Amino acid sequence: MLTKTWFEIGRYWKFMKGLFVKPEKFIVYYRQVMHELVSIGVGALGIVALTSVFMGAVITLQSAYNLVNPMVPLYAVGIVARDSIILEFSPTIIMLVLAGKIGSSIASEIGTMRVTEQIDALEIMGINSSGYLTLPKIVAGLLICPFVVIISMFLGIIGGWIAGDMSGIVPSADYIRGIQDQFLPFNIVFALIKTLVFAYIITSVSAYHGFHTDGGALEVGQSSTKAVVYSSIFILIFDYILTQLILA
Amino acid sequence: MIKVDHIYKTFGEKTVLDDVSCTFETGKVNLIIGQSGMGKTVLMKCTVGLFEVDKGAVYFDGRNFSEMNFKERKPIRQEIGMVFQGGALFDSLTVEQNVMFPLNMFTHMSQEEKLDRVNFCLQRVNLVNSNKLFPSEISGGMKKRVAIARAISMNPKYLFCDEPNSGLDPKTSIVIDNLIMEITQEFGTTTVVNTHDMNSLTEMGEKIVFIYKGKNYWEGTFEELEMSDNPELIDFVYASKIMKSMRKH
Repeated sequence: MLTKTWFEIGRYWKFMKGLFVKPEKFIVYYRQVMHELVSIGVGALGIVALTSVFMGAVITLQSAYNLVNPMVPLYAVGIVARDSIILEFSPTIIMLVLAGKIGSSIASEIGTMRVTEQIDALEIMGINSSGYLTLPKIVAGLLICPFVVIISMFLGIIGGWIAGDMSGIVPSADYIRGIQDQFLPFNIVFALIKTLVFAYIITSVSAYHGFHTDGGALEVGQSSTKAVVYSSIFILIFDYILTQLILA
Repeated sequence: MIKVDHIYKTFGEKTVLDDVSCTFETGKVNLIIGQSGMGKTVLMKCTVGLFEVDKGAVYFDGRNFSEMNFKERKPIRQEIGMVFQGGALFDSLTVEQNVMFPLNMFTHMSQEEKLDRVNFCLQRVNLVNSNKLFPSEISGGMKKRVAIARAISMNPKYLFCDEPNSGLDPKTSIVIDNLIMEITQEFGTTTVVNTHDMNSLTEMGEKIVFIYKGKNYWEGTFEELEMSDNPELIDFVYASKIMKSMRKH
């Protein structure tokens, strides 16, 4: 078990080392990055929007439900909802959702290329296959995920506002006051740092699992599952580490 | 000429290639034949560097390919075209983009020049009006032809075909075999074909290497094969009723 873990860690670092070499042709990589930006970013917007609006609504309603003390002003619900969404929900939960969507897609795409010898075809041509297939995905993930998370923050806060106002639990004026009160811009910076780390984890871990698929269709499915599971685990571990390092 | 010099390859405890030496001659179709699981594909993959050999060396026109690192191998790799068993076409690219792919990566040709070259290669494999189709929209035989077109797009010196007829009907197989022969003669490539199809053997076997239990059991021309009394080779080549009846005659 321990030997296998060390083997996987070693192989992952070797794989990473192979990515950062000079591209065969910069323009081809650039086009790939543009393609991945659409695939990773635009492709995920629907699920991100839906999750964000409803999670924002639920966070607001639950915060209001728990803050029943008359000593606590109603606008505190806005503060709690805003900070929960910015600090934890958007960068972590949304990236966990993306780990499922993007991670499985990357692993199955590269895994299928492996079992159908498309990766061998790249290598025969003299192309650094790991770099060609993975680097554009990592770069695109790093570029687009912060925007996706910012959109999620915005939609989450809007969702909370709509839910509070529609249910009559948190009036609009209190909610808007709450989301503006004691706002720390650094929280956004912290959330974006986390997003960048998580984006790197999702794209690199998923590509690694896809690239080292061995066998057939069954193994492609297994790689896809592994990609999601390991990406999620590492996101949670690094969430704790980054919070400890930056906020504690 | 490609020279395979005393190569060994093991996977775990299993020795797949055991001291294999052979030569693949320039301007000829060199066939690697043998039963499934005897090491044909491993020999081909070791030759092109997809598997690293444990011992021994592979020489491409005197250049020791096995000793080179990834960067040093690049110029030789660009002289290699390979047709994989399943075609290995890129699913997300059209036929045209597949054939154009190596040109995009390694040449500075203009878009027009690249299109001309792609159309020439596709015409050469008798594929017209298929440029905009995706691999999922074409038949198995067409996929093989696109794979051949992609393999020859960079004017390769060495052409490798891994079971080019697998999954094809006998008529289409003959078309593919003839195409490989014509390309070999036309471009003077060193062509290596991995097969266990006896039709291919009779159609295009100029130089034959018979792999049995990971060893080069027999090597020679088609005429020499017909005269051979090597029991394993005879057992393999004349396994089918058709081939047995051919031998009687």
